[in-house]
Amino acid sequence: MRRTWWIYLIAVLGLIAVAAPFVWMLLGSFKTQGELLRVPPTWLPEAPTTQNYDDLFSKANFPRYFLNSTIVALAVTAGNLLFCSMVGYALAKLNFHGRNALFVVVLGTLMIPGVVTFVPLFVLVTNAGLANSYPGLILPFLVSPFGVFLMRQFFQGLPDDLMDAARVDGSSELGIFARIMLPLTRPALATLGILTFLGSWNNFLWPLVVAQTEEKYTLPVALALYSTGQNAQNFGLLMAGAVVVVLPVLVIFLAFQRHVTKGIAITGIK
Amino acid sequence: MSSATLQAPEVPQRKSSGPAARSRRSGARGRQTAAAWILTLPFVVLFLAFTAGPVLGSLGMSFTDLKQRDLRTPFAVNGVGFSNYVKALQDETFRKAALNTAYFVLVGVPLTLALALAAAVLLDRGVKRFQSLFKVAYYLPVITSIVAIAVIWRFVLAPESGLLNTVLSWVGIDGPNWLASKTWAMPSLIMMAVWRNFGSAMIIFLAGLQGIPATVEEAGQLDGAGSWQRFRYLIVPLLRPTILFTSVTTGIGYLQFFEEPFVMTQGGPLNSTVSVSMYTYQQFGFGNYGVATAMSYILFVVIAVITFIQFRLLREK
Repeated sequence: MRRTWWIYLIAVLGLIAVAAPFVWMLLGSFKTQGELLRVPPTWLPEAPTTQNYDDLFSKANFPRYFLNSTIVALAVTAGNLLFCSMVGYALAKLNFHGRNALFVVVLGTLMIPGVVTFVPLFVLVTNAGLANSYPGLILPFLVSPFGVFLMRQFFQGLPDDLMDAARVDGSSELGIFARIMLPLTRPALATLGILTFLGSWNNFLWPLVVAQTEEKYTLPVALALYSTGQNAQNFGLLMAGAVVVVLPVLVIFLAFQRHVTKGIAITGIK
Repeated sequence: MSSATLQAPEVPQRKSSGPAARSRRSGARGRQTAAAWILTLPFVVLFLAFTAGPVLGSLGMSFTDLKQRDLRTPFAVNGVGFSNYVKALQDETFRKAALNTAYFVLVGVPLTLALALAAAVLLDRGVKRFQSLFKVAYYLPVITSIVAIAVIWRFVLAPESGLLNTVLSWVGIDGPNWLASKTWAMPSLIMMAVWRNFGSAMIIFLAGLQGIPATVEEAGQLDGAGSWQRFRYLIVPLLRPTILFTSVTTGIGYLQFFEEPFVMTQGGPLNSTVSVSMYTYQQFGFGNYGVATAMSYILFVVIAVITFIQFRLLREK
């Protein structure tokens, strides 16, 4: 018992170090511009104000960016759940020519840096007339090697006997996938769905390149441009903007954190 | 639902070898192939169009003089051999960016892994109560948008009203103007990256630690090994595959170092934080697509070589 108190002390100090910037952000978003610049800085807002949030939603068009982020993240998540489970099932449970080759290609692309593909992707998307459009933001992310890998791992853990039994009962191959196997992977789908949503919500480089007018900005793009442009001096607005970017993922993560950490531990990939 | 209740009766068809059985088997195989086609087709189409195609396209573009004005006619440009690669390697800013990226990786990866391992051991061996609370809290920065983190950290690192320098002033240290200093800008970004990323390696270490049976440590204790000795000579060797794995994935991530300088410093002051990815993006912004893709391929080759070496090390043990 004597040994444990300092272990908890270290753990709590770590917790403070991790959480302090978040708390600082949340408190800062309720401060006035003058108070944010004060030396030495204050912790609690002296005269709490919601002015920053009012400005965010009236002047800065953040509802639009919020909607864009939501549309893109939901579409990307839906696509990944559908297509990655289909391929993952085929790779894990079906016998077909080229299965191993397909799997090797999927694994190989896991380590290609995003920066390698974005110039030709940009040329492609521009020539297809999809620049500055939702399809341009969504299509390149509808499938992911990571998702295929994750779903394949889960499907492999399911017993083949289930499929054989269904075949004896006269079920079609696609019926076996859709009605018997897919419902059993609900935990895997939850993991993939949450990770994909978080990844898409936080995605930055591609939307920065594709979204060229304000109506198509996603939240991170808008916040980044606000924080480097002329508005860079409006610190309260930036703090409130950061809160709006972080809060949804925070809520989703806290509600489903079990799935997230389990998925990370299983596949070992962020 | 247990699988036993649904188990099919033994069907001997697998072992029989008559012509009827063979045709039935190839029929089943055919049905599986057809299903596999349908299931993989959407993926293959999207994958070819948006991943494999662009990867090869990038390689092709890196040997051309493609510029922004040629955007509508990408196939009508001229081949220029390796001159984009030569241009990149002779570019002083690119070399600076390569050095900066190496600095970031060589300092950032060990720091991230050390902190992640320390946190994992702390939570796995020391903290019994509220373990999942700490785990979730330490993981929070990983799932937070880098742009929001950058906004927060600009205030943490601000010279006078900043959180960090305020804390330092309590112990009598006069902190620098972190992001404006040529010396301190890179350490600032590393500090931020370590803070942001250690949670993701920590989760993998936790899984690894939980895979080590308690009897291993008990045996060490019986042999009179202290807790540091047990950690150094029992836990670390057993975690070796996990450590190599996290160093590969963290290394790949850090080699692509882009967002931190993009949102925090724009590569400044005096190019002291410009990274390879960021310089590639800048060249793209200038419309120099050929040079930009050449730079991205140089980065890709470096990542592939390092990954290959690390996997070789991983397999040896």
